[in-house]
Amino acid sequence: MSVVEEINQPDVANAGSGVVVRFAGDSGDGMQLTGNNFTEATAIYGNDLATFPDFPAEIRAPAGATFGVSAFQIYFGSEDVTTAGDDVDVLIAMNPAALITNLKELVPGGLIIADADAFTAKNLARAGYKDNPLEDGSLDAFRLISIGITKRVVDTVKPFGLSHKFAVRCKNMWTLGLTMWLFDRSRDAAIDGLRTKFASKPDIAEANVAAINAGHAYGETAELPTGVEVYKVPAASVKPGLYRNTTGTESLSYGIIAGGQLANVPILFASYPITPASGLLHTLSGQKQFDVMTFQAEDEIAAVCAAIGASFAGSLGVTSSSGPGISLKAEAISLACATELPLLIVNTQRGGPSTGLPTKTEQSDLYQSVFGRHGDTSLPVIAAKDSVDCFDVAIEAIRIATKYRTPVILLSDGYIANASEPWFVPDINDYTPFPVEFEAEPEGFSPVNRDPETLARVWAKPGTPGMEHRIGGIEKDAVTGDISYDSENHQKMTDIRKAKIDGIARDIPLQDIAMGSEKGAVAVVGWGSTYGSIHQGVKRCRQDGMEVSHIHIRHMWPLPANLGELLSGYEKVLVPEMNTGQLVKILRAEYMIDAKGYSKVNGQPFKIREIENEIKALAEVVK
Amino acid sequence: MNAPVKLTLKDYATDQEVRWCPGCGDYAILKTIQKLMPELGVAKENSVFVSGIGCSSRFPYYMNTFGFHTIHGRAPSVATGVKLANPELDVWMITGDGDGLSIGGNHMLHVLRRNIDLNILLFNNEIYGLTKGQYSPTSKVGTKSPSTPDGSVDSPLNPCTFALGAGAKFVARSIDTDMKHLTAVLTEGHQHRGASFVEIYQNCPVYNDEIFEHLKNKKTAPDTRLVLENGAPMIFGKEKNKGITLNVQRLALEVVTIGEAGITEADILVHDETNKVMAQMLVELQAPDFPTAIGVIYNAPAVAYVADVYSQRIEVREKQAPADLNALLRSGHTWTVE
Repeated sequence: MSVVEEINQPDVANAGSGVVVRFAGDSGDGMQLTGNNFTEATAIYGNDLATFPDFPAEIRAPAGATFGVSAFQIYFGSEDVTTAGDDVDVLIAMNPAALITNLKELVPGGLIIADADAFTAKNLARAGYKDNPLEDGSLDAFRLISIGITKRVVDTVKPFGLSHKFAVRCKNMWTLGLTMWLFDRSRDAAIDGLRTKFASKPDIAEANVAAINAGHAYGETAELPTGVEVYKVPAASVKPGLYRNTTGTESLSYGIIAGGQLANVPILFASYPITPASGLLHTLSGQKQFDVMTFQAEDEIAAVCAAIGASFAGSLGVTSSSGPGISLKAEAISLACATELPLLIVNTQRGGPSTGLPTKTEQSDLYQSVFGRHGDTSLPVIAAKDSVDCFDVAIEAIRIATKYRTPVILLSDGYIANASEPWFVPDINDYTPFPVEFEAEPEGFSPVNRDPETLARVWAKPGTPGMEHRIGGIEKDAVTGDISYDSENHQKMTDIRKAKIDGIARDIPLQDIAMGSEKGAVAVVGWGSTYGSIHQGVKRCRQDGMEVSHIHIRHMWPLPANLGELLSGYEKVLVPEMNTGQLVKILRAEYMIDAKGYSKVNGQPFKIREIENEIKALAEVVK
Repeated sequence: MNAPVKLTLKDYATDQEVRWCPGCGDYAILKTIQKLMPELGVAKENSVFVSGIGCSSRFPYYMNTFGFHTIHGRAPSVATGVKLANPELDVWMITGDGDGLSIGGNHMLHVLRRNIDLNILLFNNEIYGLTKGQYSPTSKVGTKSPSTPDGSVDSPLNPCTFALGAGAKFVARSIDTDMKHLTAVLTEGHQHRGASFVEIYQNCPVYNDEIFEHLKNKKTAPDTRLVLENGAPMIFGKEKNKGITLNVQRLALEVVTIGEAGITEADILVHDETNKVMAQMLVELQAPDFPTAIGVIYNAPAVAYVADVYSQRIEVREKQAPADLNALLRSGHTWTVE
C-alpha cells in the first residue's frame, strides 16, 4: 500500500523521483536480510517504497549455482510507490550467478556493484561465463563498480577473531554499508538491529557493525568511476503519524489476533507447514499472551479438522496453507459449510499445479476458492491487495465468518506474504467490535434456529446447559436439525445455504473505483497483489489522456452488489491476472459482459509497462 | 443452586430412531454407555461425542449430549480441536476399524502419540459395514467380500498393537455384549488422563457374523478369553487351571497347565499393566494356540498434550507483558513522520 497522501512531482519515469535497487547473491549470502535492513533505512529516510523478495526453493543451493540465486528488490521514491518497479537501476551482484541471472533486468546505463573476489574461475564456470564479465568489456553498456569485497571484509573484521567462515559472512553488511552511502541512508537502525540480534554474541555483532561502517567509508573515500555519486531521492510527502514496516505475513497474523478480539472469541490456529504460508504459524505461535493458540497438525486435513472442532467448541478455528494444502482440506471445508460453523481458511497462493513453484507468486487459486468443493458448497472469498491490506482483510474475513457462521477463504500470495511495506500503524480502538453471541436459552432451542436476517445458524457451544445437540455432515431437517433424507427438505436446505452466502453481498461495501470515473472507454479490473502494477499502469495511461479507470475487487465471492452495473458503464473491460483467466471468466459468466483477460504466469509480478501496453493495445481496438 | 438431579440412562438417550441392523453389536455398546454416563460424575452439557464415518460413527446421534458426526477418518483431529479449545470438556471419540485405522490411520497415530485426553472407542468388526461389506484393514487373510471375491491376501492390522506402537498410554480391549466387562474397562479408561484407547470387538450380523463367537459363547469363552486384572496372575480356562508363563529362552509367552509338569500358580505371570513389553506380547496372543487378552492391557499415565499446551501458555504469560494489541502493533522498529 502506498502511504503517500499527495504527489510531489508529475508522474514521469524520472530517475530522480524513484530508484529500483536489487540485491542478488547466493541463497546463503544474506541478501534478504540486507534488503530488509536497507528497506527500513529507506522508510526512515521518508521515501515511499515497495519490495519484492525473490528467492529459490532450495534452502542452501550449492555455492555459485544460478538456481540458488536469492534476490531482494526495492523500489523507493518521492511519489506513491505501489510496485517493486519494472527495471533495475542498481544491481548488487555478489557472484557471477547473481550477475548473469539478473543482468537482463538492469536498465542501460544502470549501475552494477560486484564482488570481484567471488568472480573466480570456478564460480564463472558454474554460472556459465567463459570469460570474466568484469574484465572483458561485456558490461560496457552499464556502469560498473568491481570491488574485492570478500577480501576487504575479512581484513575489516580481523580484530574480532572470527573464523574465516563467519568473517566472510559479514560481506553482506559491507555491501549494505556501501549501498547506504550511495543513497544517503542512515546506518543507525541497522546497527541497532545487529546489536540486538547478536546481543549474546558481541563479537559477531561488532564485526558486522564494522563491516557496515567499512562499506560506507569505502563509498566516501574511494575514487569511484565518474558518474557514480550519491543518488538524491527526495522524501515523499506521507501522512504524519507512526509507521513501521510490515510483511503480509505479519499484518495478517496481527489481523487474525485483532479479528478474534473484535469478535470476542479465542482463536485456534491449526496449520501444517507449507511454503510460503508457514510464516503465519511461526508468527502466531510466538503470541501466547493473546487468546490465540497454535497447533501444528500432522497434515493439512488434521489442521482444518482441528480448526473445525475448535469452532464447534466455541473458539474461532483458523487454518492456513497454500494451494496444494487447500486441496487436501476441501472435504473438511464442505463439512464446515454443511454444519454452518465459522472457519477462516487462509490461502497464501503460489505457482501451481502440484508442487509447482513454491517460492514464486501466482494468483491461480481463485477457481479453487470460489468453486473448488463438492456438492454446491458456496462460501465467501476475500482477497488482500498488499502486505498492509492483510490486516484489514483478516478482520473483515473474521467478521463475516463469525456473523454468518460460515467458512471464509482469505486469499493472499507469496508476493504479499514476503514483501515489506511501510505501514501507518493502526489503532485497534478505531475498529468497531462485532462480538459473537452464543446461544444459551434452552426454551425453543433447535440447532438449526437462524437469524432471520443473516440466516446464520445459532452457535451453541458445548459446556452450555440445555444446549446439548448433534451436528454432522448428513443433511439436516430445516426445522428440527435431525438427520433428514427428505427430498423437499434437501431442496430447502440447499436454498438456505445459498441464500445465506448470496446475502452477504448486502453486508459488504459497494464496489468503488480505485482510480478514474464511473464510465468510460476502459475499466481495468484486478484483484489481489496485482493492485500496485495495475494502479501505476492505469495512472500512466490517464496521464497520456486516456479514459481509463482502475477497479480493484476485494470481495471475490459474493461479488459486490453493484459490480455488474458498474462494469456495464465501460466500453471495454480488461482483467489482468497472474493466472490463465479466472476472474475474467467469473465476470463474463455473472454479468454477460465481454471482458478481456490478460494473463501472466511466469512467477513474477506484473510490470507496470506490461499493464500500460495492454491497456493501450485494447484502447486501439476501441478507437 | 438446587441439588443436582441424578440422571439415568434415559436422560442420555435421544428421540432419534436407532438405525443399526437388527442384531448389531452397536446396540449393546450404546446401552452400556448410556447406562455408564450418569455414573461418571460429568455434567451432561460437558460431554461431547465426536465420530467419523461408518456404522459406529452414527453413535453421537443417539447420545443426548453434544455430538459431532464428522467426516471419514478425521474424528481424532476434530476431537483434538474440541479439546484444545475447551479442556474442561469430556470428549469421547467413536470410530471403527475402517474409519480409525484405514482412512484415518494417520490421525489415530498422532492423537495417541500426542496423548490428547480423549476416550477413544474403536468398534472392531473386521469389515466395512456402511459401504456394504468390503474387507477392512483388520479383516483376517482370506476374507471373502465384494472387493475380494477370492479372499483378501493382505495382512490385517492389530488395533492394540498399533495403539501401543503409536505410544498410547492406555490400551484396553473388551467385547460389545459383555456389559459388565465393558463398563469396567470404560470406567478405567475414563479415569485415565490422556488418550485412552479401547478396542471393542463388535459383531456385524450382516457382513461378518459370529467372528467373535468363540469369545462370547459361554461354553468356549472361559478357554478362549484371558481376562486381565492388574496384579493378578494370568489364569484362564474352565477349570481355572491354565495360565501364561514366559519362556525366557524363546522370549515368548506360553500356555501352561497348573498341576502339570510341576507348574504351580506361583509360576504364572502376574499382570502388570505398566509393563509395555508385556503389553506388546499380550495384545498379539491369538487363537487357536492362545486365548485372547481382554481388559486393561496397558496403563501408564503421562501428562496429556493439552495440559502441557496450557501450562506452557501460562508460563509464557507470566513472563511477558499482558496482551495489548496496540503495543504489539507498535513493537519492533517504528518511526514517526511529522
